Amino acid sequence: MLTNLNLRAAIVSITFLIATLGLWQLATAPQVLTGAGELSEYELLMGGASQPSGIPAPSQVFSHAVDELSRPFYDAGPNDKGIGLQLAYSVGRVMAGFGLAVLVAIPLGFVIGMSPVLNKAFNPYIQVLKPISPLAWMPLALFIIKDSNTSAIFVIFICSIWPMLINTAFGVAAVRNDWLNVARTLELSKLRTAFTVILPAAAPTILTGMRISVGIAWLVIVAAEMLVGGTGIGYYVWNEWNNLDLASVIFAILMIGIVGMLLDGMLVQASRFVRYQD
Amino acid sequence: MTGHFLQIENLARRFPQPGSKEPTTVFEGVNFSIEKGEFVCIIGHSGCGKSTILNVLAGLDYPSDGHVIMDGKVIEGPSRDQGVIFQNHSLLPWLSTLHNVTFAVRARWPSWSRAKIREHSVRYLEMVGLGEVLSRKPAQLSGGMRQRVGIARAFAIEPKLLLMDEPFGALDALTRGVIQEELLKIWARTHQTVFMITHDVDESVLLADRVLLMTNGPNARVAESVIVDIPRPRERATLHEQPGYYPVRNHLVEFLVRRAKTLASAARDTDPRHTPRTVNPVKPDNFPPRPALVRSG
Repeated sequence: MLTNLNLRAAIVSITFLIATLGLWQLATAPQVLTGAGELSEYELLMGGASQPSGIPAPSQVFSHAVDELSRPFYDAGPNDKGIGLQLAYSVGRVMAGFGLAVLVAIPLGFVIGMSPVLNKAFNPYIQVLKPISPLAWMPLALFIIKDSNTSAIFVIFICSIWPMLINTAFGVAAVRNDWLNVARTLELSKLRTAFTVILPAAAPTILTGMRISVGIAWLVIVAAEMLVGGTGIGYYVWNEWNNLDLASVIFAILMIGIVGMLLDGMLVQASRFVRYQD
Repeated sequence: MTGHFLQIENLARRFPQPGSKEPTTVFEGVNFSIEKGEFVCIIGHSGCGKSTILNVLAGLDYPSDGHVIMDGKVIEGPSRDQGVIFQNHSLLPWLSTLHNVTFAVRARWPSWSRAKIREHSVRYLEMVGLGEVLSRKPAQLSGGMRQRVGIARAFAIEPKLLLMDEPFGALDALTRGVIQEELLKIWARTHQTVFMITHDVDESVLLADRVLLMTNGPNARVAESVIVDIPRPRERATLHEQPGYYPVRNHLVEFLVRRAKTLASAARDTDPRHTPRTVNPVKPDNFPPRPALVRSG
């Protein structure tokens, strides 16, 4: 039954893909002009030629993708780098910002979760800071840090911190009292209780927060790199838009999706190690 | 007052009541003692504060009045001297059966070697018949097996006082019977001092040396200390054939059905420092007749 289900899902999935690509191909096919007499004024101005549609056909995107992926890491100057290199810049920034956010958010979330006083005291700040678009920090970051690359990392840091902070605090505060009582009757020290009882108990919630954070970070890096420029997949997209190379833009969009999926998948794998069934 | 292993003196617990200046007194004037190696059950209707008394003994809760002295020291907080088995197993779900026990054993004896901790833990798990499922997680065990891991964990740290809060309350009757016998076996081997809450009269007759009976709350108190004069080793299958079984059982049931309530209303007039009356239903002649209070109640 399972293979049957998988098979049926695969058939629907592939049919959908073929239909979408087919429609795309048809919609972007060059139009056949019937005769000069019926040309509009614009077409006359353009010389009456059959204009290729601005949107590339899937076949063009595909051949472009094959070309790009065959040499992902070439570097021919600031405006001509391989897609792999650009993605590596972006992933590097996300990892740096996200990593810093982990170092801050998890210990801080732990403290906030364990202390009802701090929980109440910090909650208003978290609630105000959380909904701020990370890009709104960019001018301030650029002014203070005076380095576009570090500013992009800061923006990733600031947007990654909130889901992890909130989830860690929630996970820590929600640890079952029974488990804490076990630690208390065994006279475990605060530190030992934190590492051997609270951390494993809250780990699945913390990992969920990390997943949300890395997802947001990957969304934000594209926009941030469009602003700061230089390198990265966001800059690549904007640069190819300026070149009106839409095949490259579409290819880059696909690659952003795939890398985002892989980042999420890595944290899903990590959460398997800490998952427990109650 | 001295000489007893565990001495509970004038214990009371009051909770502030919303909309009233007068706090609700759950229980007060609770005095009793437990000897080393004794198995004592406490029975009473819901709301009489049994669990609160147990939590105070565990150091997890504080009395409004009175104190508990164990081995010459006042209990002021949780410690490794008091082991607790909670109603819902309270195992750590991310640890295997074995590691749930080694976790506690390592905390109890930090200087022990890894091998010694393991060997000690396995021994106790084997005592409750779980030697075969050491690597399973709690979620992969049945309810009865989980409670047995909890029992093994509590016995393994060899506390001075073992506290059990309705340990079998969540189990079906058949499983409960099996685990009661396992508990009897492990207790016979270790002779821990046990204080256990139960709602089950038969369970208390099977397990206990003495059963403390509480009147209904609020203002509950320990009214009687009933000696279970039935020789050990006891077995579930033959317990009802013992001459002492029915006198003890009937006494307990009669208390719970009738006198828990009538005594509760009468209790308020009595001395707050009263000690429970010791009763041996098997040899009633050896004890003075019931005081007038009971008859008039």
